[in-house]
Amino acid sequence: MTVTELVSYEDALATYDPVMGLEVHVELGTKTKMFCGCATALGAEPNTQTCPTCLGLPGSLPVVNATGVESAIKIGLALNCEIAEWCRFARKNYFYPDMPKNFQTSQYDEPIAFNGYLDVDVDGEVFRVEIERAHMEEDTGKSTHVGGATGRIHGAQHSLLDYNRAGIPLIEIVTKPIVGAGEKAPEVAKAYVTELRELIKSLGVSEARMEMGQMRCDVNLSLRPQGTEKFGTRSETKNVNSLRSVERAVRFEVQRHAAVLNDGGTIIQETRHFHEEDGSTTSGRVKEEAEDYRYFPEPDLVPVAPARTWVEELRGGLPELPRVRRNRLREEWGLSRHEMQSVLNAGAIDLITATMDEGAPADQARKWWMGELARRANEDGVELAELSITPAQVARVCALVKEGSLNDKLARQTIEGVLAGEGDPDEVVTKRGLKVVSDEGALGTAVDEAIAANAAIADKIRGGKVAAAGALVGAVMKATRGQADAARVRELILEKLGVEG
Amino acid sequence: MPGITREEVAHLARLARLELKAEELDHFAGQLDDIIGAVARVSEVADQDVPPTSHPLPLTNVMRPDEVRPSLTPQQALACAPAQEQQRFKVPQILGEE
Repeated sequence: MTVTELVSYEDALATYDPVMGLEVHVELGTKTKMFCGCATALGAEPNTQTCPTCLGLPGSLPVVNATGVESAIKIGLALNCEIAEWCRFARKNYFYPDMPKNFQTSQYDEPIAFNGYLDVDVDGEVFRVEIERAHMEEDTGKSTHVGGATGRIHGAQHSLLDYNRAGIPLIEIVTKPIVGAGEKAPEVAKAYVTELRELIKSLGVSEARMEMGQMRCDVNLSLRPQGTEKFGTRSETKNVNSLRSVERAVRFEVQRHAAVLNDGGTIIQETRHFHEEDGSTTSGRVKEEAEDYRYFPEPDLVPVAPARTWVEELRGGLPELPRVRRNRLREEWGLSRHEMQSVLNAGAIDLITATMDEGAPADQARKWWMGELARRANEDGVELAELSITPAQVARVCALVKEGSLNDKLARQTIEGVLAGEGDPDEVVTKRGLKVVSDEGALGTAVDEAIAANAAIADKIRGGKVAAAGALVGAVMKATRGQADAARVRELILEKLGVEG
Repeated sequence: MPGITREEVAHLARLARLELKAEELDHFAGQLDDIIGAVARVSEVADQDVPPTSHPLPLTNVMRPDEVRPSLTPQQALACAPAQEQQRFKVPQILGEE
């Protein structure tokens, strides 16, 4: 295969219009697998969560997990889908060691949910992504390739299989072709997966942690010449497993397709692998050969026919959906769309609301999570929610600032202590001796000393140059190692010098 | 009249990972063609008002609660594995598939 020089993204967009299709797999957070009672706990020893059903042993029979179906319906409803009155499972037949049954139990032409949409925010504008379907299926086992250079399948001598994951419920959510995104295609793709992840989390059906493989995205992309209708041939980039990667994969494929087409070449319909290191994709298997799955209705499972009363009950129980909630909070907090986007991207919405529930005002809660704490999370390369500080502790710091026991500098040190595992804010304040010096006597002495040591400045202030008081405040703060209330210090200085503030 | 060709039988055999000799292909293609022909006659009898049947029993919504049941031990799970390593099923290289 010849290596094609990529076309710049701008040049590609000048000639071609991208069309995308996104397939997202969500692993449900059920306690058991989709068709058997095996546990789904993460991190279990290999092959300790299997049974005759999920190993595909002769004579075993599957039974559907009711919570799996319920979760699928909730996801469908939240995506504004119609819910099937009656639908079946189907066997997708293929021989591959990650599926011991030699078929995956999935749904084919009768998905449980179909014809929906999800509105996403892109640069302050609403973009509607249409949903083709959401269907129920099961996850595969986990392969470890042995003997290859980098644990990859190529060059491997043999592979080792752990079937703990085989049979864990998956919901596959497929969009209709996404047209009209134009140059914003990479942002739209990222915004869609972000919004979908928020939605799934808000429903409580999965933690949807992409880094844990609980949510995985396949990116279909094709280009058509600007001004034409007919879709081009698509490529399918598999397992794009972070929000940033989704954006990069779309961008790369736009540039690669454009390069091939510009050279007079044709795009091959194939699956491609995404490479996290450089954001590129490489060729996988050719698609039409692999797609001969010989689907047929699963004879071992009876149809699922969700009663309309059940569906309506589930619809009534849906939580406020993330985008609606975000718009409400944005207004309540008085933020711009851009600011709210930052809060969302930082994963701080729930942390801020939880901090407010503990009594902190919105602006203070946001200030700490989006400032000091976001900086720390970034430095440590962890999610904000993973920091070892709770919303209640942040709220306590806010309260200590409000009552005047801490100033901003001391509050930062207190937070540092909490993060370092020194205990609750009050303990850190005590242990580190961080209380603001509010003892008027001690403060008065410090002010007197500062005035005596800076006679010239004191004279200026007496002469009416109130602004010069800042220098004396600085001196007092220094003498008290930052533990004084600066506003009170200023008051005392002006009072002692007989000047009106 | 539906039927099945020798080429289709060869294709299905490959998908099912069955190695068939030339004479076996001829043999099975003929047999399968007869079977499909016999099944096709059912379609002639069944009119528009008879829906295709995938399940003989008029049951729907057979579900179980999301409650954990004991799994096999890894020793039991691996008991019939032709090869194993590190408490995992050991399979030949998968190259050429991916």
